[in-house]
Amino acid sequence: MVYFLIFISAIFVNNIVLSQFLGICPFLGVSKKIDTALGMSAAVTFVLVLATVVTYLLQKLLVLWGVEFLQTILFILVIAALVQMIEIMLKKVSPALYQALGVFLPLITTNCCILGVALIVADQNKLLAKLPLGADYGLLSGTVYAFATAIGFALALILFAGIREQLALNKVPEAMKGTPIALLTAGLLAMAFMGFSGVV
Amino acid sequence: MNNAMKTLTNGILKENPTFALVLGMCPTLATTTSAVNGMSMGLATLFVLVCSNVVISMLKNVIPDKVRIPAFIVVIATFVTMVQLAMQAYLPAIYDVLGLFIPLIVVNCIVLGRAEAFAAKNTVGLSALDGLGMGLGFTLSLTVLGVIREFLGAGTVFGFQLYSSQFAALIFVLAPGAFIALAYMMAAVNKLQKK
Repeated sequence: MVYFLIFISAIFVNNIVLSQFLGICPFLGVSKKIDTALGMSAAVTFVLVLATVVTYLLQKLLVLWGVEFLQTILFILVIAALVQMIEIMLKKVSPALYQALGVFLPLITTNCCILGVALIVADQNKLLAKLPLGADYGLLSGTVYAFATAIGFALALILFAGIREQLALNKVPEAMKGTPIALLTAGLLAMAFMGFSGVV
Repeated sequence: MNNAMKTLTNGILKENPTFALVLGMCPTLATTTSAVNGMSMGLATLFVLVCSNVVISMLKNVIPDKVRIPAFIVVIATFVTMVQLAMQAYLPAIYDVLGLFIPLIVVNCIVLGRAEAFAAKNTVGLSALDGLGMGLGFTLSLTVLGVIREFLGAGTVFGFQLYSSQFAALIFVLAPGAFIALAYMMAAVNKLQKK
């Protein structure tokens, strides 16, 4: 039951993009077509879950050795290395999947929702994770939280891409063209997601 | 001298990170709930930008080309950790509000972007000025956005009550207001630039 609530909370109530403002760059950058949005979402889901598990275990080591101040430096390096490794492995193991996700993988290192979620889970940041009552902030809830967050990211990105595909056909005032109208649309989407607040 | 002045003002106006380059959107939207928060975030980024630009331009001949991105990231992460520890020690109240977004300066595209596009090719002095200009431009946009959101959403500016908060539209302090306020601000900047 707790894991189900983590899902609802991370996907709808505290959506990573629309209420926590993490991962805005890919949200605005690769949301012009539904196809690319799907590819990006799949790549983010893959890397986010793996990175969270690895950094969670790394944090245990950092605490053991008493060098918590190295957290930021090590996490970003580990994430960058992980992304590179996934890229090389995918190329060998599944060329088809590599074709689909390849272009998005290098972009993911600088996607702040990966490092953000890794830090939230490793620090057991109760304020930001907003896990429901009874969750234990262990490895399992952390992983479930990471997966649910990625699904929330995918939902927001794909919804937004769908809206932008329609928007491209409409007339927009000259000054609002491009980023401003995209931001305004995102604002309305965020307002819709606010309706979920208080559910969990 | 002329060249130096140009480098400095370039980041503030012509290539403003928020409005012209559209980089670093996450902190721009997330930390501008009030003018003070926006300004603190801008200043933290400014510090990291200047320091990392200086160090990277000093090391540009030592770092092998193939590993330059990881090397840049380590330099940036070092300064971010310094800011993080200093803020935790001396400004705990602001650190609590900005929280996660201080370590996330590491993945702010502006910092890595300037390291790659400017500091890796130019002298130490010019790189410092470029970092300062970009940082000031970023701080300026964040502060202005913070002022607008705070004024509309809470009726205050830098904490001073200008009108009763009963009449304020709370939505501007919440998530949707961030997107909407930035959208109209960008549209206004576009309109002014066209003229």
